[in-house]
Amino acid sequence: MSAAFVRQQLIDPKTPPLLSVGIPAWLREKLFSSIFNAVVTLLSVVVLVALIWPAVKFMLIDAVWQGTSRTDCLAETVGRPVGACWPFIAAKFGQFMYGFYPGDQVWRVNLTYAIGVALLVPLMIPRVPYKGVNALLFFGVFPFFAFFLLVGDVFSLPHVETRMWGGLLITLVISFVGVIGSLPIGIVLALGRRSSLPLVRWFCILFIEIWRGVPLITVLFFATYMLPFFLPENWAFDPLARVLLGVVLFAGAYMAEVVRGGLQAIPRGQYEAAMALGLGYWRMMTFVILPQALKLVIPSMVNSFIALFKDTTLVLVVAIFDLLGQLRAAFADPNWATPVTLLTGFAFAGLIYFAISFAISRYALYVERRLSTDLVR
Amino acid sequence: MTKTAFYNKPRFRSAVYQLAVLAVVVWLAIEFAINARVNLEAQNVRFGIGFLDDPAGFGISQALISYSEQDTYRRVFFVGLLNTLLVSVLGIVFATFLGFVIGLGRLSPNWLLARLAGGYVELLRNLPLLFQILFWYLAVLLAMPGPRQSIAIGLQPILRSIADGLALVESSGAAGAVAQWLRSLAEWAGSPSMFLNNRGMFVPRAVFADGSGLVAAAFVVAILAVVGLRRWARRRQDATGVRFPVLWTSLALLVGLPAIATLAVGSPVSFEAPELRGFNFVGGLRVIPEFTALLIALSTYTAAFIAEVVRAGILAVPKGQSEAAMALGLRRGTALRLIVIPQALRVMIPPMTNQYLNLTKNSTLAVAIGYPDLVAVFAGTTRIQTHQAIEIVAITMAVYLAISLATSFAMNLYNARTRFGER
Repeated sequence: MSAAFVRQQLIDPKTPPLLSVGIPAWLREKLFSSIFNAVVTLLSVVVLVALIWPAVKFMLIDAVWQGTSRTDCLAETVGRPVGACWPFIAAKFGQFMYGFYPGDQVWRVNLTYAIGVALLVPLMIPRVPYKGVNALLFFGVFPFFAFFLLVGDVFSLPHVETRMWGGLLITLVISFVGVIGSLPIGIVLALGRRSSLPLVRWFCILFIEIWRGVPLITVLFFATYMLPFFLPENWAFDPLARVLLGVVLFAGAYMAEVVRGGLQAIPRGQYEAAMALGLGYWRMMTFVILPQALKLVIPSMVNSFIALFKDTTLVLVVAIFDLLGQLRAAFADPNWATPVTLLTGFAFAGLIYFAISFAISRYALYVERRLSTDLVR
Repeated sequence: MTKTAFYNKPRFRSAVYQLAVLAVVVWLAIEFAINARVNLEAQNVRFGIGFLDDPAGFGISQALISYSEQDTYRRVFFVGLLNTLLVSVLGIVFATFLGFVIGLGRLSPNWLLARLAGGYVELLRNLPLLFQILFWYLAVLLAMPGPRQSIAIGLQPILRSIADGLALVESSGAAGAVAQWLRSLAEWAGSPSMFLNNRGMFVPRAVFADGSGLVAAAFVVAILAVVGLRRWARRRQDATGVRFPVLWTSLALLVGLPAIATLAVGSPVSFEAPELRGFNFVGGLRVIPEFTALLIALSTYTAAFIAEVVRAGILAVPKGQSEAAMALGLRRGTALRLIVIPQALRVMIPPMTNQYLNLTKNSTLAVAIGYPDLVAVFAGTTRIQTHQAIEIVAITMAVYLAISLATSFAMNLYNARTRFGER
């Protein structure tokens, strides 16, 4: 007779330890692993709330959405603390977007934007075919088309002087011309810097280092105030064109260093193979080296484009009014002088600048990941 | 064997190409020179730097060296240059400090802190610097209250506002008692001597009387003693393994020696606090809002980039290094300070140099808010007054070029010194 107990059923599985899986464990590990960590977490929460809550309150909850003049945005009229004064933006929207481009001609700007976007978007999506034709249209044909459409004086389009341009239009024109213009200059300078001809090499090094060594503002001063002295008297040079020239030279020097990075990354064997096939210098560069090198540096190019996009704001120093310049001009309007006008304007322009450069930087990351042939870690 | 035609020989071709490039460059230079001459004559401007000795006749809102309207343009140049250097050097110091804090924060094991630091970097990097400068200047500093409602900065107002907050929660009981105690503490702290209003920041100014040279000398001696002490302590630790509390003794020396000197000669250095009189402050030192705005914007903007440099540098140190440090029993902070950061520094130096140069170059944006830097007073006002655009823009560009090249050169030297001994 045995009193042995033999269990007939399996024991029910225990629930996992409370603090090793799921949200509590994550919280414990990532936020409250030690007293110090908990204090850091609490302080971060305080900072986060102190930053985000006033911003949301200002831009949405306390904001004034409808109105026609400054009185609609005064605390006395509304009867409560006032946040952002969005009617101010609505009233100045045309000025922020187009400057003083004649109202009945604004469709030309919009058409240019539309065609630019229609060409750019398929270029940016890797799956869409006909990249070559697309790139040619965007980089080769579109600039001329945009030039004639915006400047006018052809096909019965009235002429619009560049001093009427302004706002986001100027910002985008300068960035776009900077990119388009800096590419060929950058490629030529980069090739020159790696040339075996000492004189060519030295000129290129000198040119690149001078432009990279000075601030963009002095380059703009150079283009606006110094360059006219060096050109023949009868060359009437448009102020915007002068600035564009300065920006292109400046951006070209930076682009040269980006391209040089790509050239250096191409293995020697590629050069030697091309030479063994009997290709001359230009054919070797055009068909073998540059296609590979430029592809390598697309992410850096996009990054320097972001830098250029942000730098376009500097043109307000030489009296060309881009988005930021128009913003500043709008602040001076007594019809909209309220205590919240400044912050409203900064919130609006900040959102635009942030949205554009953040989007481009994310795209650069995406391209970088796509192009990298490293093993995925 | 066929003989290569002479025009197909590499040497001939290279000579021709180079001559062609040289010819184009020389032709451009001559063309420019001729045009410049014609244009200058047409505008009746005399080429040369003789204008530097003419009186300037305009005032400058901040000058580190004595300056009056009767001084020459040469003086204006140096005033501007010093202002540029002042804001750049201070900006570099603050940006490095803030950048390190944020870069380390981004690598923190604390999820929220890492996100917060990441948000800072993304936000500041993606907004144009000029936008940020104008924001700080127009929307923050010029929007400060007038002198009579100045914001006082100091212990007393901080303690008082905490006490007020506590009193709001509960006017009697424990919180009330603490508030009461904080109020008396605030009384004891004395009234603040720093004020912020829309005319700038007013801070106490040091006034040096006779004998302050001795205090300065004591400070220099203290610095030398600290350097010597560090060397001795390092050598002793290398030899015997015995550590010496260098930090505390250094602090004691740096504070103590000047303090003793001060007592010995009867406090020669006094501070003159700003005082509200009528509608403005008198006495003290006024820091112009343009300077403050530019400094804040430059430091916070560059800090976002430096944070990325720091992060990349630390990630470049193999994980095995910090694991080995942990295995030796070092704590996280100590391991970071003694093992990881010294190795990361080598990776960080070149990009850090770039950021410092960028900050210096970006300080030219001062011209947009009227801070009297080199570009604003020299390439701006002086150029408008004298019409000597060619000389002035060229000199300005040359100055920045020289700063860039000198910094790169110094950093290359430092880089070469701290490189790993390669085997």
